[in-house]
Amino acid sequence: MLRSISLGIVAVTVISAVAAQAGQLAGPRWSSAEREMLRSLSLATLGPMPADPSNRYADDTAAARLGHRLFFDARLSANGKVSCASCHIAERDFQDGIALAHGVGTTSRRTMPVAGTAYSPWMFWDGRADSQWAQALGPLESAVEHGGDRTQYAALIAAHYRDEYEAVFGRLPKLDGMPTHASPASDSTRAAAWRRIAASGQEDISRVYANIGKAIAAYERRIGFTPSRFDRYVAAELAGRQHSAADALSPDEEAGLRLFIGKANCTTCHNGPLFTDNHFHNTAVPPSVDVATADSGRVVGVRQAMTSEFSCTSRYSDAKPEDCEELRFAVTEGEELVRAYKTPSLRGVAARAPYMHAGQLATLTDVVAHYNRAPAAPFGHSELKPLHLSDAERRQIEAFLSALSSPLAAPAGFLASPNAASARP
Amino acid sequence: MSAIHDFRTSASRNAVIRAIGAAAITSLLTGCMLFAKAPKDLDYSRTRRSEAGLYRGTIHPQGDSIPQGRLQRWTLHLETASGAPIDTASVLVDGGMPQHGHGLPTKPRVTRALGNGDHLVEGMKFNMGGWWVVKFRVNATPGSDSLVFNIKL
Repeated sequence: MLRSISLGIVAVTVISAVAAQAGQLAGPRWSSAEREMLRSLSLATLGPMPADPSNRYADDTAAARLGHRLFFDARLSANGKVSCASCHIAERDFQDGIALAHGVGTTSRRTMPVAGTAYSPWMFWDGRADSQWAQALGPLESAVEHGGDRTQYAALIAAHYRDEYEAVFGRLPKLDGMPTHASPASDSTRAAAWRRIAASGQEDISRVYANIGKAIAAYERRIGFTPSRFDRYVAAELAGRQHSAADALSPDEEAGLRLFIGKANCTTCHNGPLFTDNHFHNTAVPPSVDVATADSGRVVGVRQAMTSEFSCTSRYSDAKPEDCEELRFAVTEGEELVRAYKTPSLRGVAARAPYMHAGQLATLTDVVAHYNRAPAAPFGHSELKPLHLSDAERRQIEAFLSALSSPLAAPAGFLASPNAASARP
Repeated sequence: MSAIHDFRTSASRNAVIRAIGAAAITSLLTGCMLFAKAPKDLDYSRTRRSEAGLYRGTIHPQGDSIPQGRLQRWTLHLETASGAPIDTASVLVDGGMPQHGHGLPTKPRVTRALGNGDHLVEGMKFNMGGWWVVKFRVNATPGSDSLVFNIKL
């Protein structure tokens, strides 16, 4: 009896070995749970863009065209040299490839890419803005990014974009007699100038400023992803089609995918068609040697989002308060927020070194090694556990990540400067 | 001599067979573990008795399956152990992933009573697949008690 069971196991093992060999030749056999996971990661399951009730101009094409021009206009800065596109370089996936972004000064964070952010409820590494338009307004008045102020920007709109602005947002307010430079969110000189403006004038200027953000958001909202080789691979797998060169993964990439959705636990956070859960995690990333101040991540970011002058519940938002669910139900305190940062999308990740919120890790090899090692957090509690991956397995995961690259998708001309002689379609 | 030789061959072959069998079973179990880490005997019922037996609660998520990564509104139906609907109650919502040691990504709340023992729960969200626990701490006339639901995504 025992002998027949043992032989039975041998038979099963031999059959499995043969099947595995055949699988290697014809592509791996994915279980139904694995196939469901592959489907959930595929761009085909992304669905339509969620509405942004806080920006009634989000889907206005004239607003998007204005936003496109503003995004590339370096006059929106203190020195006339910094535009959004200075760090969000269109040809480089709307990022700059350096650890800490440089505007009129140097920031303490890595530039984030733009594509797909219409799907994200929180912007910035710490989620301190709750919409694309609120995000766009942060750098414009930051002392180390654009370095300008809202009064200056309102005057710029009146001088150079009056017709386009008024066609979307209605008449510009009168700006006669306003100080050249004033803002409640800037240095003491400009803050003092701001306080001298009557409340109604302050609101007029801030509304023009908010509308600049809404136009830029209408532009950014239209930047998305085209299917990657991984997406084509999944489509072929799910349809039971033979793989062609355009939709095949190499044996290492397939093995990396299997690890990604299995042993390496990557999909714990990098899930869904954009490979992000849009949430915040402490993953024990080392502090940046180039940033002098401690960075607490989400614990500060959520407070800023809740109290932002341009939040979903602010007077400049077009949403009803009950529409602002992410803000209403945000976790605002607790250990989990300490040094937690947003899960970035992994689409296009291979061409986006350096990595992490301040570019602390130079290569993808370093990133996979970090998650494998799971060191203790500099402070707060890390969610990581050691993965015990072999050198070969780590290389396979890295190989798989390279299959997530693809050109961006956008309306004609939107992936280059509106002033470029040869705007790409 | 020949008998001894046969015995040795047979014994060593059986040992090899057992080792291969054990390895095959182990690898099968490991494969399953990756996609089904939750304990096997969990009760995923949408109607549960509270821990001390004071209440019976039923959750009504929107639709049959619970989506991942999207804010949801649920209805919690609350009644006494004998089946009388409860409209006036203080209900606190909590939860998380026991195997990951973290809470919910949002802070859901019961925002209003809908009548007939139904209560609107807003701000529910689950940002990853796996086993989640959602706990409602109910305080009403019968006393304080907790309703605990297991959720599988």
